[in-house]
Amino acid sequence: MELFTNQVLAGIATGAIYACMALAIVMIYQAIDHLNFAQGEMAMFSTFIAWQLMQWGVPYWGAFVITVAFSFAAGIIIERLLFKPLAKAPILTNVAGFIALYSIVNSVAGLIWDFTIKQFPTPFGSSPFLGSQLISTHQAGMIGVTLLLLLLLFFFFRFTRMGLAMRAAAALPESARLVGINTSWMIALGWGMAAAIGSIAGMMIAPVVFLEPNMMLGVLIYGFAAAVLGGLTSPFGAVIGGFLVGIFENLTGTYIPGVGNELKLPIALALIVIVLVVKPAGLFGRPIVKRV
Amino acid sequence: MTAMLNIKDLRAYYGQVQALHGLEFGLNEGSLTTLLGANGAGKTTTLRAICNMVRSTGSIEFDGAALSGRSTENIVRLGIAHVPQGRGTFTTMTVEENLQLGAITRRDRAGIVSDIERMYDHFPVLKQRHTQQAGTLSGGEQQMLAVARALMLRPRLMLLDEPSFGLAPLIVRDLFRILGKINREDKVTILVVEQNAQLALELADKAYVIETGRIVMSGSAAEIASNEDIRKSYLGY
Amino acid sequence: MSAAQEVVTEAPAIDAVPKRAMTLGYGTSLVMLAVLILVPLFVKNFIIFQLTMLLIYGLAVLALNILTGGSGQFSLGQSAFYAVGAYTSAILMETFNVNYALTLPVSGVICFAFGFLFGLPALRLSGIYLALATFALATAMPQLLKLNVFEPWTGGVQGLVVTKPDAPFGLPISQDMWLYYFTLVITIGIYIFSVNLLKSRSGRAFMAIRDNEIAASAMGIDVALYKTLAFGVSAGITGVAGALGAIAVQFVAPDSYTIQLAISLFLGMVVGGVGWLPGSIVGSAFIIFVPNIAEGISKGLSGAVFGVLLFLVIFLVPHGARQVAVLGQQLIGKFRKS
Repeated sequence: MELFTNQVLAGIATGAIYACMALAIVMIYQAIDHLNFAQGEMAMFSTFIAWQLMQWGVPYWGAFVITVAFSFAAGIIIERLLFKPLAKAPILTNVAGFIALYSIVNSVAGLIWDFTIKQFPTPFGSSPFLGSQLISTHQAGMIGVTLLLLLLLFFFFRFTRMGLAMRAAAALPESARLVGINTSWMIALGWGMAAAIGSIAGMMIAPVVFLEPNMMLGVLIYGFAAAVLGGLTSPFGAVIGGFLVGIFENLTGTYIPGVGNELKLPIALALIVIVLVVKPAGLFGRPIVKRV
Repeated sequence: MTAMLNIKDLRAYYGQVQALHGLEFGLNEGSLTTLLGANGAGKTTTLRAICNMVRSTGSIEFDGAALSGRSTENIVRLGIAHVPQGRGTFTTMTVEENLQLGAITRRDRAGIVSDIERMYDHFPVLKQRHTQQAGTLSGGEQQMLAVARALMLRPRLMLLDEPSFGLAPLIVRDLFRILGKINREDKVTILVVEQNAQLALELADKAYVIETGRIVMSGSAAEIASNEDIRKSYLGY
Repeated sequence: MSAAQEVVTEAPAIDAVPKRAMTLGYGTSLVMLAVLILVPLFVKNFIIFQLTMLLIYGLAVLALNILTGGSGQFSLGQSAFYAVGAYTSAILMETFNVNYALTLPVSGVICFAFGFLFGLPALRLSGIYLALATFALATAMPQLLKLNVFEPWTGGVQGLVVTKPDAPFGLPISQDMWLYYFTLVITIGIYIFSVNLLKSRSGRAFMAIRDNEIAASAMGIDVALYKTLAFGVSAGITGVAGALGAIAVQFVAPDSYTIQLAISLFLGMVVGGVGWLPGSIVGSAFIIFVPNIAEGISKGLSGAVFGVLLFLVIFLVPHGARQVAVLGQQLIGKFRKS
């Protein structure tokens, strides 16, 4: 029993990574109604920017703020330049666009910063949290940041005009235009916000998984799984989903014999798929009623 | 009275199919006009063309300014509110959020708050349900919400597409009475597209009849209503 | 978080390609056929090998086209079926000494069954969710193939070496050339089968489901049957492609069949034109040759160059090669009139 509890707690700790990524994913989904495969790469690139700034002597929080601002702007620019022209193209073509973006960002990062692993500092230190062996102060900090982000997003969407406008634009673009909302800019804004959140996720994750161009792939997949599990329309669900995925991953590794690191991913995904078969809209998603 | 809205030689297309064939009409400021016609005649297309929601050629002028080339949201910001077919309610948001969305382009917070109160005066049932999800309202209530949302823009021109659709006659009467009041008291120019000709003609001052993408008849509502031939040929009663 | 439900009146996610437009005209088909038959006679063995792979990947993209463009189901898991087909063939040939040609139908049938079975739980999923499920399948496959318990058959991480067959009846042509023509015949056969499938009642059922599932079901189409059938057929064809791939490459190993392959096949489908069967070969050419071109342009930035080239393609022809073909047809039509 104690092993179980420990593994659950450890799962929550690692799950914070996925929760953070899942928030960025839900953000973009709210804005554009699909998933952006390149998001992990964009987060990785942002994290490298932060690292580079610190190499140049900028203190941690200064680098953090600059990186988040830069990522916000970059997200908007990428959307305006690369995806606005594809707005009328079929969805699958847009997906191909995400894949292309992935390829470009990954490759450029590899060229600029090469593939050797780098250390990324954490502002929270890495001593045991409250004396516990399972959660370090960094992981606790990460959970804290994720929850703070969640709260901020919640307030943004529920209580601000911009948040209301974004929700409207995502829900019913045509009706949104009929109240004067520029739905095209809402999409750009959504990209900016998702990129900013992604950069925060990257900076939280890098101290744990170490900084290198391929660091986000596994995280992204788990993040997708978490977002889908939680219900793509719910930021709260994304965070819960993240923690659950972390727990699934840990319990799978601990209790299913012969499952090494490689099989953890497909098994975790399979578990999530099973949940989806039972609850197709995810745990907290709004059931979608389809009308002919 | 100057023509607030002037439409000349309007042709509209859905892909390769042409839906409007050189439509022409005008609306005077302060008027309450109805556009009548059978299913598929082009009534909805006309409203959509005004808001640039469908590909069209020709000239549409609002207060002398050309509307072509402007995006839908910019046309709305000029003061044209459009209550679309099917109402376009944000069903997952509350009644009050829907009203706030109607005013999303406005900056005057105090004005918005007092306007919301005015909407509740016009439509008391909305006040009762103001924290409810809009999707849980009945058809008639959603229609009222849609009209209220449009009014939150403080529009100069309001376009309504088949507001009576799917509603019981008593409710439609009520709704039309309120529309008349809004037209007279708030000085909002109104263009109502309707299949239900009888009620629309009771409400409006002026009427146009559209058939296969062209205006075939125009006149005061009273004239059109009393002309038995027109009623039988174009309006079915 | 709320009980109210989102009501969606959906436009289909996959563009409808009118039935007539799903294939090439007769003239163009004959020209293509002539090219495919004659070119290998004039080039070196390595190029012939690449052309064989072109056909093989073309088959895999074709299979995806039937599934996604035809029945509207989005799959990122085709690499799993390809792998099963490849390994089935390899194991039959090397462990059980089965003749290479006979391994093809076996791979096809096994993969059909596998696809059909996968399609069953997938019925509850669509769009993003189906993508995730198929993605899970694709990531699982290489790991499953590496499992110790299967090693006696699969050769574990090292994989298996496959013997390349000689031309039959002592014909004086190289192994590569024989394999090419063998593959060509099979490809043509499957292509014709696919075209007819899409024109048939089943094909119409697929497309009805793609365009509007609820309406299709209301019309009496057994949606469950046709969706799983589409998965099965698609998996079966991919399996045959995998088997041919194993023979052509002379080797199967788990890391040859990763999610990269599934993503490449997806890109091939988009570049060729979703739902446009003839485009499959254009898509296949893209995924085989463009990465090489990218690497040729810049070794260090090959991924970035590839991404840029991909963007160029989708900006110019968002609907893929089909768009080019339609444009060509229009131009020819104008030419004829004047």
